[in-house]
Amino acid sequence: MSTLGWIAINGFRESVRDKVLYSLVLFAILLIGASYLLGQLTAGQDFKIMKDLGLSSIAMFGLFMAVFIGIGLVSKEVERRSIYGLLAKPVRRHEIVLGKFAGLVLTLTVNLAVMTVALYAVLAYVGWGEDAFARQAHEAPALDPALLKAVVLILVQLMIVTATALFFSTFSTPILSAFLTFGVYVAGYFSQDLRNFDQVVDSKPAQLLARGLSYVLPNLSPFDITSQVVHGLPVGWRYMTVTMAYGFVYVAILLVLGATIFSRRDFK
Amino acid sequence: MTGRSRLPIVYAVVAVIALGAISVGLQMLRDARYPLSVSDEETLYLSRRATSRLVFTHRSLIADVYWIRALQYFGARTQQAQRLTATFLAPPSALAANPPVSFDLLYPLLDITTTLDPRFNIAYRFGSIFLSEGYPHGPGRPDQAVALLEKGLKTSPEKWQYWQDIGFVYYWSSHDYAKAAAAFARGSDVPGAPWWLRSLAATTLAKGGDRNASRLLWRQMAETADNEYARTAATLKLKQLDALETIEKLQKGVDAFGARKGAPVTNWKELIAAGLVLGIPLDPAGVPYELTPASRVKISTQSALFPLPFEPAARTRE
Repeated sequence: MSTLGWIAINGFRESVRDKVLYSLVLFAILLIGASYLLGQLTAGQDFKIMKDLGLSSIAMFGLFMAVFIGIGLVSKEVERRSIYGLLAKPVRRHEIVLGKFAGLVLTLTVNLAVMTVALYAVLAYVGWGEDAFARQAHEAPALDPALLKAVVLILVQLMIVTATALFFSTFSTPILSAFLTFGVYVAGYFSQDLRNFDQVVDSKPAQLLARGLSYVLPNLSPFDITSQVVHGLPVGWRYMTVTMAYGFVYVAILLVLGATIFSRRDFK
Repeated sequence: MTGRSRLPIVYAVVAVIALGAISVGLQMLRDARYPLSVSDEETLYLSRRATSRLVFTHRSLIADVYWIRALQYFGARTQQAQRLTATFLAPPSALAANPPVSFDLLYPLLDITTTLDPRFNIAYRFGSIFLSEGYPHGPGRPDQAVALLEKGLKTSPEKWQYWQDIGFVYYWSSHDYAKAAAAFARGSDVPGAPWWLRSLAATTLAKGGDRNASRLLWRQMAETADNEYARTAATLKLKQLDALETIEKLQKGVDAFGARKGAPVTNWKELIAAGLVLGIPLDPAGVPYELTPASRVKISTQSALFPLPFEPAARTRE
């Protein structure tokens, strides 16, 4: 296995050993399970609410994992001074950054898979023995495979968040990195508003600045297809491909920047 | 594990149970002496614009929360209004300057729900039923019901069902048959709309207000409903039409018997003794019809069918 692979596996093992991770996953699964109870409160909308809450739980807890583990990937090594041992080995600095990122993405993938299985299990349990009349009222089937499309885009979105957290952690403190990452995450949902800034502001420089920022910041809204999936609307493969490609390119930019900063960082 | 090592666990369980019981007792004592303040609903909810800005992600989930809140609000207010109406503590809504129970937050809650999730089909369809229902079953706001459905059509112009619902609101709540027929006709123009929507438009225009036309309308709704709530609502309306028909027949019998007797009939027993009815007649919901001191046959306020729909034919007779 390559050096990068070993660092990724080690990063994954380290994350798995983290008890906070288990708490987050357990809480997410409990929330997904509780969606069954919430569904009972509404008139015929139980599946919509279960899917909404399930996908939101996956996205929300995935975000916490990505941020809180992502910001500690580099800083922990520095704090524990294990970075010196690592740098003394025949490992290039960018391999450390890329390996850490790959390890966390592997952790996120496994956790998202567990949460997705929990969501499908709850949906299967509620849908079991449902009569044909009730079934025809649903906009999308209970065990709709399209839910996986939403989960895949959540994963790509979390990859962007992880890369952002990792990027900030290469030159900043963990707390500041967390604030900055959450800031970028929130701003990422307003990219479209920044792009349409000319509709609310007359100033040309402000418009240009807002437009420029909208391209610099990650555009995270397209990764949220919960509404389409829950309402049974089609999400084409072309849309998936373009959105995922954008996500991968953005991640690559952040990793290049992070690796460059990390390569030049003085640990004395 | 030995008996000795189990003892601390037993003590712990007993202690937890005892402390739990004390905790519950203390809460009950506190609630009895210092009741918890009821939250002010008016201040709990943000405007549509504010909510839209604040909720930048998980909009679908927040829409669900608002939808659940709208359901709870509607259910609680309806129960309260029905209770007041049944106990005659409040004047009839038509006589009161303001209805005793307000449904003011219903439309804003539905509006926010559908702004956060513009494709929330059930929120439009159920919401319009809630809004158009007359007091005490709802606020009696057909204008808001139509506005909500028209908002839905902006996002989903392919939904012929919304045109059907608009037609229903005009037909049943506003008694505007021309607009109802126009809505059915607009719906029938939508690709994929069923063939009967066009004939419904024609029937409504030709025989609006006619009970058979109304029956046809609700039967179509009951047969084509894609959810249990709409099917139950349509079945209820059909039962109300049956009740109206029975009341008319009973009233004729009561009037004829009163004319023969030379005095108003105020008791079912007289009619039973005369062999005109076998027992106290029951409405389709199984609740006895009432005979008032003015010798009028009425549906009981306790009946699930109360109040009966207002028919234009009845309006001209009054």
